[in-house]
Amino acid sequence: MNGDLKSRLGKIVHYKLFLPLFCLFLVLMVNVITTPDFFHVEIRNGVLYGRPVDIINRASELVILAVGMTLVVAASAGTDISVGAVMAVTAAVTTFFLSGGEISVNEYQFPLFPAILLGIGAGALCGAWNGFLVAKMRIQPMVATLILYTAGRGIAQLITKGQITYIRVDSYQYIGNFLPGVPIPTPVFISIAVVILVQLFVKKTAFGLFVESVGVNKEASKHVGLKSVMIIFATYVFCGVLSGIAGIVASSRIYSADANNIGLNLELDAILAVALGGNSLGGGRFSILGSIIGAYTIQALTTTLYAIGVSADQIPVYKAIVVVIIVSLQSPEFQRYVRKFRKKLEAKKAIGEVTA
Amino acid sequence: MEENVVLHMEGIYKTFPGVKALQNVAFTLREGEIHALMGENGAGKSTLIKVLTGVYELDGGSIYLKGHGEIVNKSPQDAQDNGISTVYQEVCLCPNLSVSENIFMGREPRKGGFVDWKKMHEDSRKLLSSLDIDIDVTAAVENYSIAIQQMIAIARAVSTECKVLILDEPTSSLDDSEVEKLFSVMTNLKSKGVGIIFVTHFLEQVYQVCDRITVLRNGQLVGEYPIKDLPRVELVSKMLGKDLDDLAEIKNMRTTKPSEKVIIDADSVKSAKIKEFNINVHKGEVVGLAGLLGSGRSELVRAIYGADKANAGTVTCADKKVRSGNELESMKAGMAYLPEDRKKDGIIPDLSVRENMLIALQVKNGMFKLINKKNQEEFVDEYIKILQIKTASRETPIKSLSGGNQQKVILARWLLTNPEFIILDEPTRGIDIGTKTEIQKLILRFADEGKGVIFISSEIEEMLRTCSRMGIMRDGKKVGELSGEENLNVSSVMKAIAGGEK
Repeated sequence: MNGDLKSRLGKIVHYKLFLPLFCLFLVLMVNVITTPDFFHVEIRNGVLYGRPVDIINRASELVILAVGMTLVVAASAGTDISVGAVMAVTAAVTTFFLSGGEISVNEYQFPLFPAILLGIGAGALCGAWNGFLVAKMRIQPMVATLILYTAGRGIAQLITKGQITYIRVDSYQYIGNFLPGVPIPTPVFISIAVVILVQLFVKKTAFGLFVESVGVNKEASKHVGLKSVMIIFATYVFCGVLSGIAGIVASSRIYSADANNIGLNLELDAILAVALGGNSLGGGRFSILGSIIGAYTIQALTTTLYAIGVSADQIPVYKAIVVVIIVSLQSPEFQRYVRKFRKKLEAKKAIGEVTA
Repeated sequence: MEENVVLHMEGIYKTFPGVKALQNVAFTLREGEIHALMGENGAGKSTLIKVLTGVYELDGGSIYLKGHGEIVNKSPQDAQDNGISTVYQEVCLCPNLSVSENIFMGREPRKGGFVDWKKMHEDSRKLLSSLDIDIDVTAAVENYSIAIQQMIAIARAVSTECKVLILDEPTSSLDDSEVEKLFSVMTNLKSKGVGIIFVTHFLEQVYQVCDRITVLRNGQLVGEYPIKDLPRVELVSKMLGKDLDDLAEIKNMRTTKPSEKVIIDADSVKSAKIKEFNINVHKGEVVGLAGLLGSGRSELVRAIYGADKANAGTVTCADKKVRSGNELESMKAGMAYLPEDRKKDGIIPDLSVRENMLIALQVKNGMFKLINKKNQEEFVDEYIKILQIKTASRETPIKSLSGGNQQKVILARWLLTNPEFIILDEPTRGIDIGTKTEIQKLILRFADEGKGVIFISSEIEEMLRTCSRMGIMRDGKKVGELSGEENLNVSSVMKAIAGGEK
């Protein structure tokens, strides 16, 4: 019985997502200790209200970005640092159409769905540009995406003419807040839908295998007929589309396009989410679920720090400390220490048994 | 213990998940001795070496080194500091650094705190010329062929003051004259009292230079023998654990004759790396390509398959013209290509045996037609059985398999696509005799099934056993063909390669 339990425990510990999950658990535990009512959820004004809901809701954009980032990292062994700026571009394009170029409108000047599609299309275009530079022109991903990282917000400013465009229509706010009569925030549904769709696409077609293959060994992949240029390009377009979706959500939350602030610094969190999820930034093998766990961990951490009362401008420092701890926990070197320590313990125990 | 023992290992254990790689292995090396470490693929030779050099951690056992007592090498750097130098089977150099940087990495000659580049280049040049190699030492390593790279790695190893030199399959990418050079370097070092561990699959070479042989099988020690007490046949049977059926009989295994129908026809093809050539292969025919390293053997087949884009000429496969430079199209036309450099062009290291095996078929089927899980497992299990691939499971990453087993997985990858025409570029390099025989038999079976084969090997005997026609390559050019019983023997092939009687 005992042995059975032990082997089962062993299996859980060796499950590859164990560490990312364990880290998320740790962060949540800290909350439970410092804020006993952390997990308290209630219904206020017909919608769910509470810290856990807040974390899951606020993490939505990051989750969506992390999914795209995972694919980009896996295929090209590089990161797309333009995702935050692309969010701003998408928001600007969508609100531009909805407002018909005005600064603030109380009704749509253009139908909602086509405007959203056009916005996401702009995201796809940005992704295609990045993909072209990385896959076809073979520019290092960080340098290639640096272009849109710096220029993206400028483009968004051009579109919005340097103003913050407000869409004061209720239905636009549904996307980033609540649908009437639904107690769960809409971004949660959107992020879950994105995750499920991408996961299905990756696992039910050979796309995931091809991405990993190209990410691990481009040359060998070429000889089995894989077109690495196309595959890497596709992951960047994917990432652009997902950044677009995240941009719409972020814009809807504040029913406006704030070119300077939408998705600001989110690219770094997205990269971090990928790494926290146990994915190698060197490309190859990837786990989308891991990245998602990473994304929730980061959001949980941010919310926790706010809850403790850390001011917004100090948050990065605390975040950095926790990230260092989490990343070290997952490093192979630390795991070697643990193994050695365990062996020593076992040896001691064996000796103890003999002398007893 | 004997007086002149320089290295002694005993009770060595090493376990990987699902595999007992080494069990209670002992090994003793004496000063001024060349000691062969023999065994089939997966016998544990490479693992033993990696345990010794600190690449892997020991699970049990101890290592004694003369003058140091018991040592624990935590990293190859430790081993190096203890006087153990290694040249690995696969070239381990930094491709984008210069030759001299690679040779003197980590111990650059210094002058006033700065690297003394002049001295470094000078020393490198001297070192290489002692191996009869005259190259630009300031150029990046990636500009040179694998053979030259291997010699550079050897130069790096011998340039350090070492007591123990490990050569892990150093000759598999060298041609005969280069092997000779290496042997003279080895004998020279031996006379200086260096103990050399020599891992190889070439029996000839073992009997040419070694003093003693240690045989491993399935991770266990079979025994240690002075060379004169162990005739070849006995060595082979000790490695295999059974008596070997005669290799020479392979040729008579063909049951069918090549057909008249041409499966592959390359007409006036040339690429940036190979001069214009013509070659055709009939259905059910095995055509060999003989030539020295760098004579253009690999470049010729790469141009046929489209791995290098041909800039003139046409390739026709099964009466279909194939666009050059498009490997997917070549594949779909029925070609398969097993590349020479397994590590760079063949395996996808982090992916599993299953994924590595299925990738070509999956690409051929297209992205949206994922082979279902059950079929995948059936295919993979079938080929693991047919080719007797030693792997813990089908989900094991291919990088943790031994070289020969990796090669078998790549072979299975192409067999699964059911090709009409197979290019095998050095499929038996670095592979043990048992597997070599299996692969040769497999080649003949393809031919009997009506497939066409181009087979490249550095061992002429191996090609003579399987091929009915041979293309001769010299200096980046196809210079002729040999066929017919009377012409297909070692001496006439050698003469043709060398370019006549001269």
